[in-house]
Amino acid sequence: MNTAISRLGVAGSIALGVICLFLLAIIFAPYVAPFPEQGVGDPNIASRLLPPSPEHWLGTDAFGRDILSRVIYGGRVSVTIGVTVVIIGLCIGLPVGIVAGYSGGWIDETLMRITDVFLAFPALLLAVLVAAALGAGMWNCIIAISISWWPWYARMARSEVLVLRGQPYVEAAQVMGVSHPVILVRHILPAVFRPLSVQGALDFGPALLTGSALSFLGLGVRPPTADWGEMVNAGRAVFPDRWWIAVMPGLTIFIIALAFSMLGDAVRDAEKSGSHDH
Amino acid sequence: MQLLMYILRRLFMSAFVLLGVAFLVFVASRIVPSDPATLFAGPRPTADQIAAARELLKLDQSLWVQFTDFITSMAVGDFGISYRTRQLIWNDLASFLPATLELALFATGLALVIGIPLGVFAADWKHSWFDTSTGIGSIAAVAMPSFFLAMLLQWVFAQWLDVLPLSGRISRDISLFDPVETITGFLLIDSLLTGRFDAFWDAIKHLILPALTLAAYPTGIAMRLTRSLMIEILERKHVVAARALGLSHRRILFGHALPNAVGPALTIIGLSFAFSLTGAVLVEIIYAWPGLGRYISEAILSKDFPVIAASALVVTICYVFMNLVIDVAQAFIDPRVTVS
Repeated sequence: MNTAISRLGVAGSIALGVICLFLLAIIFAPYVAPFPEQGVGDPNIASRLLPPSPEHWLGTDAFGRDILSRVIYGGRVSVTIGVTVVIIGLCIGLPVGIVAGYSGGWIDETLMRITDVFLAFPALLLAVLVAAALGAGMWNCIIAISISWWPWYARMARSEVLVLRGQPYVEAAQVMGVSHPVILVRHILPAVFRPLSVQGALDFGPALLTGSALSFLGLGVRPPTADWGEMVNAGRAVFPDRWWIAVMPGLTIFIIALAFSMLGDAVRDAEKSGSHDH
Repeated sequence: MQLLMYILRRLFMSAFVLLGVAFLVFVASRIVPSDPATLFAGPRPTADQIAAARELLKLDQSLWVQFTDFITSMAVGDFGISYRTRQLIWNDLASFLPATLELALFATGLALVIGIPLGVFAADWKHSWFDTSTGIGSIAAVAMPSFFLAMLLQWVFAQWLDVLPLSGRISRDISLFDPVETITGFLLIDSLLTGRFDAFWDAIKHLILPALTLAAYPTGIAMRLTRSLMIEILERKHVVAARALGLSHRRILFGHALPNAVGPALTIIGLSFAFSLTGAVLVEIIYAWPGLGRYISEAILSKDFPVIAASALVVTICYVFMNLVIDVAQAFIDPRVTVS
């Protein structure tokens, strides 16, 4: 355990620390947020547009809501979107890629051409199209991003399987007469799962960024639920005079996305050096 | 011969992909929760108006008829009528697409000009302070939400330093009183063609901030890809041999190592363009850039679905076409691509 963390290096450890703190804050939001009821959406007209102060660390917005509380509650939405998108993406991409890679022939051709169609669509635009069709809301947002997310995993899984298919242990299983579904689930899936789950973890940041972009466009969760992209957009009208309204959620997106990609880099480097050791 | 076969195969594949994309757009346009006929008929429609709209939009026909109809009209550029403006979507696209392409191409150029050299030097001076700081810079550029970066750049350069215009594509003095004649729709080209150097300079100044914003992400990506590629190339035998022969460092780097990166660099160009094209949707809103992104975002607010569908389709066509061009160029450079 100790070595696992030391292998992450300084940057990776800091990133991991930031992410852990952030996750704790959003899990215990009702206890951590200074004004939980405002974080959920209750307006407080008496304290509108206040700059950062000891009482409101990050200031207040146009409805007088404490921005720190809103940022913490908005984090719940962003993380839910990021994590769910990656999980759904893996749940679709992994089976498609494995089946395509293992069967080959026309099944492979068909599945991969379908994947190509989804890949041909610029990801954000596909998400915008689907989200606009489904309407705003967190789950629609998740569906919209997932649709543009899975093809990458399908491709990756397929190329992993192409390598595995020729491995002696897989061929041995085939010769022994083990059925294809059993080979896929027992022998191929575990070997493909590891690199893909690492990739999936690396993708939390980008998925979260895409979610905030949709929310910025007005396709995220419905108000008064807090959502980072929407908060930046709301602060645009009074920027830069009341800069904190847009800057605080904007900086939060940046810091969290940065932490995720720094951690991702560190994990990848650790994986690489780990595989060299053997 | 092999090259020709390859190009034909890629063309066929692209056509298939476009057909699939059109199918996706069609499906998306049928899952809109609100009834298209009601949306089309406008606010508080009568039952007659809705029925008329239903017939006009052919919603009473079978899905298959609707789909074939959709494909054939798309193929001839008939994207229908905007629910909101009642204008032909084709006319809007014709004026907005060049603006977006101009921005995306400029941003792509910027990303390559900044990202590739930085990546080369970072690889050359591996583990130096330069490598570390560009590495941090590239991660930061990738993690920065473009809509937020846009606001910060506007604040610094337009409001605080006041050296660049806040938003728009050209100054109002020019667009209202002395407009540039539209030939290609690309303002930079049109102003040069008509000898309007004042307008050219003005357009460049308007381009810088949105293009920089858009370029941040692809610059970071280009930098990282170039760096890891060059590190790998610099370890190859012919480079080591050149070093053993005592060639100058600069000749090894630019004469022997860099040419090997041309093929992969094409992939980087394609990626950068793709990011710029999609990112434009967000960046155009903030800079009030009269392109497809702003067109789409306005359509989202008014649930103008035909506009969203048509714009998405057009951007995807540009995207597929760019990929095709890059694949063919790659095949020209490296004939091994055509086998397999």
